Amino acid sequence: MNGWMGKILRVDLGSGKISTERLDPKTARDYLGARGLGTKIMWDEVDPNVDPLSPENKLIFAPGPFSGTFAPSSGRYDVVTKGPLTGTIAASNSGGSFGAELKFAGWDAVILEGKAAKPTWLSIVDDVVELRDASRLWGKDVPETTEALYAEASEDSKVACIGPAGERMVLFASIMNEMQRAAGRTGVGAVMGSKNLKAIVVRGSKGVKVADKDAFVAACGEASRKIKEHPVGGTGLRLYGTNVLVNILNSIGGLPTNNFQTGHFANADMVGGETLAANQLQRPRGCFACIISCGRGTKVTNPKYKGEGEGPEYETAWGFGPDCGIDDLDAVIKANYICNELGLDTISMGGTVACAVEMFDKGIITLEDTEGLDLRSGNAEAMVEAVRLTGIGEGFGKKLALGSYRLASLYGHPEMSMTAKKQEMPAYEPRAVQGIGLNYATNNRGGCHVRGYTISPEVLGVPVKYDKDATEGKPELVAMFQNLTGAIDSSGACLFTTFGIGADDYAAMLTALTGVKYTGDDFVKCGERVWNLERLWNNRSGFTAADDAIPERLTTVPMPTGPSKGAVSHVKEMMPHYYAVRGWDAEGRPTPEKLAELELA
Amino acid sequence: MGMMLTIHPEKCTGCRNCELACALEHGGDFRIKASRIHVYAWEREAFSVPMMCQQCSDASCVTVCMPKAMHRNPATGLVEYDASKCIGCKMCVQACAFGNAAWDALTASILKCDTCDGDPACAKICPTGALEWTDDDLAVQARKKSFATKIKNAFSEAQS
Repeated sequence: MNGWMGKILRVDLGSGKISTERLDPKTARDYLGARGLGTKIMWDEVDPNVDPLSPENKLIFAPGPFSGTFAPSSGRYDVVTKGPLTGTIAASNSGGSFGAELKFAGWDAVILEGKAAKPTWLSIVDDVVELRDASRLWGKDVPETTEALYAEASEDSKVACIGPAGERMVLFASIMNEMQRAAGRTGVGAVMGSKNLKAIVVRGSKGVKVADKDAFVAACGEASRKIKEHPVGGTGLRLYGTNVLVNILNSIGGLPTNNFQTGHFANADMVGGETLAANQLQRPRGCFACIISCGRGTKVTNPKYKGEGEGPEYETAWGFGPDCGIDDLDAVIKANYICNELGLDTISMGGTVACAVEMFDKGIITLEDTEGLDLRSGNAEAMVEAVRLTGIGEGFGKKLALGSYRLASLYGHPEMSMTAKKQEMPAYEPRAVQGIGLNYATNNRGGCHVRGYTISPEVLGVPVKYDKDATEGKPELVAMFQNLTGAIDSSGACLFTTFGIGADDYAAMLTALTGVKYTGDDFVKCGERVWNLERLWNNRSGFTAADDAIPERLTTVPMPTGPSKGAVSHVKEMMPHYYAVRGWDAEGRPTPEKLAELELA
Repeated sequence: MGMMLTIHPEKCTGCRNCELACALEHGGDFRIKASRIHVYAWEREAFSVPMMCQQCSDASCVTVCMPKAMHRNPATGLVEYDASKCIGCKMCVQACAFGNAAWDALTASILKCDTCDGDPACAKICPTGALEWTDDDLAVQARKKSFATKIKNAFSEAQS
C-alpha cells in the first residue's frame, strides 16, 4: 500500500500473544487512520458498555496515512479507547515523532488488549515485538522513564509512556511521548495504567511509500505555501504559540475566569503569549514534519518554580492562570512541567483545581477538607502543590484525581463542575462565543475545543468572519467543523494546518500519497462517518440527548462582567436545529437514512 | 569559492522535515533511516541539532578509501561518493569522526550528503532557516552578527 503500511499489530497483554493482521483497504479508505481507524476497531471489537478500566477495554495507538511523510505539520497519532473520565469513546491526539516512528516500524495501528499481570513495557523494533518487565520503571516520572528506556532499548527509539498519574489511574492521566508531547484528554493514561502497561518503545527502519511522488511533492508544496502565508499558521503561532489567545479572548470577554464565573480577567496579559515570549521562551519547537512551530521551549529561573521543558499552551496558561484567578506565569509554567512529568492532562487538571478553588472561596470545602491546602482564588503556590499532590496521589490530590465533576459531587455541588459529559471545558466562554458552546455540548468526547474549533471563524475570522453572538448558522458551522476535524485527525494532520489549507488541499495530498482518489467532499465525508460512528458508540453506552449539555450557569446566569456582560449561551435553543442538520432524530440518534448514506447501516 | 551547508541549531525546531526531504530525494520514499541528515533532540531542554557531512578539507573518509570511491571534486571542493567504485569495505564509516558516513544494508551502499548536486533538499524545506546553503567563506558571518547583536543588547541594557 502507499501512505498506509498495510499492517495492524495486536498484543494481548494478558496471555502475551502477539499477532499481525492486514489493514483492510476499504476500512483504510473510509476511515483513513488514527482516530477514524481506532474508532472503527473499537466499534467492531469492544462492547460500548465495558468498564473503561477493566481488561475488556482496548487501547489503540494509530498514526494516520500522512504520518511519516512531509505533508506539512502532519505526523500525528491518536490513542483510541473508552475514556474513564467521560465514559464516552475517547480519542486523544498527539504530535512529536512517535506516530511517524510507528509507521517506520511498519504499523498503521497497535491494538492492546487485556491486562498484564505485572508492570510491562512493549518493545517494537520493526517486526520484532516483545513484552518486557517494567517493574523497576513503575513509579518513575515521564522523563526518568523515557531516559531509562533510551538506555535499555536505543537512543534512536521513540517512547510513549505514562507517569505516576497513569499508574494510579487518575481519571485525566495523559500518555506522554518524547517527554513533552501529550495524548492528554479523556484519561487515556489511566487506561494504560489499568493494563499495567508503562511504555511503548518503537524503532523502525521502513519507509512510507508514495503513489505519485511528483503530485505529492506539488500538493505538499502548495499546502506549505498557503500555511506559511497565513497570518496565524505562518507567523502568529511561531512568534507567540497558542498562548497568543489569552489577550484576544480576554478582549472580547470570552476568557473563562475563576471557574467560569465570568469571562474577563484584569491581569490576563501577565500570563499571555507575549509575556511568555518576552521572558521564559527559549525557542519555538515543532512536531514531526511541522512547519508551524507553535511548541514553546521554555525555562523558568525563578527559584520557587525553577525548571525547563515545553509549554504552556493557551489552554494550560488559562487553566492554571485566570481560571484559578492566578496571574503568576512562572507558577503556571511550573504546573505545566509537573503535569508533563507526572502525566496529567493540563486542561482537566486546571479545570479541576479551578472548581476546588471556587468551592473553597464559597466555603463549601475548608482547610480541613483540603488537608491544609489554602486553595483561595489567586494562591499560585497552593495551585502548584495541588497539581503535584494529584499526580503522586497524596492528600487532597486523591480527590482532585477524580476530576471536577466527581469532586464537586462529593460535596453536593455538581453544578460547580464546568464540564460537558464530565470532561472539563477549555478556555473559551460559551456565553461570549455561541458556536463553541454548541460544540462542547455535542462533542463526542465531552468538553473539548479541538473537535470543532469554531473560534477560528467566530473570533479570529478564519476563513471567514462569523458574528460570535449570533446563533443563526451556528449549528451548520459546528457540524461542518466537527466533520472536517474528524477527517483531519484521522489523516494524521495537525488541526492547525486549517490556518492555511482546506478540504481540497488535504484531498489532493491524500490522493497523491495513497493513490486512492479523494475529492474535498470525500475527505469531509470520512470525518462525518467517524463523527456518526462515535455518536452511535456513545448512544449504545447509554448517552442520550440529555447529555448534550453545558453547565446551567452558562445558559441561565448572564455574564456578570467584562465586554460580554449580560450574555448567556443559547445551546438549548440551537440543539434541535443541530440534530436536524446532522440528519439525526429529535432524540439525537442518527436516522437510518443518514447511516445508509455514510455506509454505517 | 564554494558552497556549504551551515547549521544554526538555535533556529532548529526539531521538526525533521530535512530528514524527510533527503530520504525522498535519494530513495523515492520516506525511509528516513536512510536519510543523509539526522536531527538529534535533547527533550528535557527542548533543543535539537541537525547533523550531516561537513565536507571536511582534510577528509578522513577520502584518505581511507582505497578504491577512491570517496573523493574530492576540485571544482566544488565537496567530498563526493562514486558508488560504482565502492567495494563496501565501510572504512569511511569507521573513519568519519562525526558519524556522517553510514552504511545502508538495504541498498548495500554508503549514505553521505551529496548536497543534492548543489541544491540541497534539506535546506530548501527547512521552515526556519536552521539549515542554510551558503557561500563557504561567508557562512559564519550571519552567526557572528547574531552574537554581536546579543553583546550590543547586553551593553544597551547595562547602560540604561
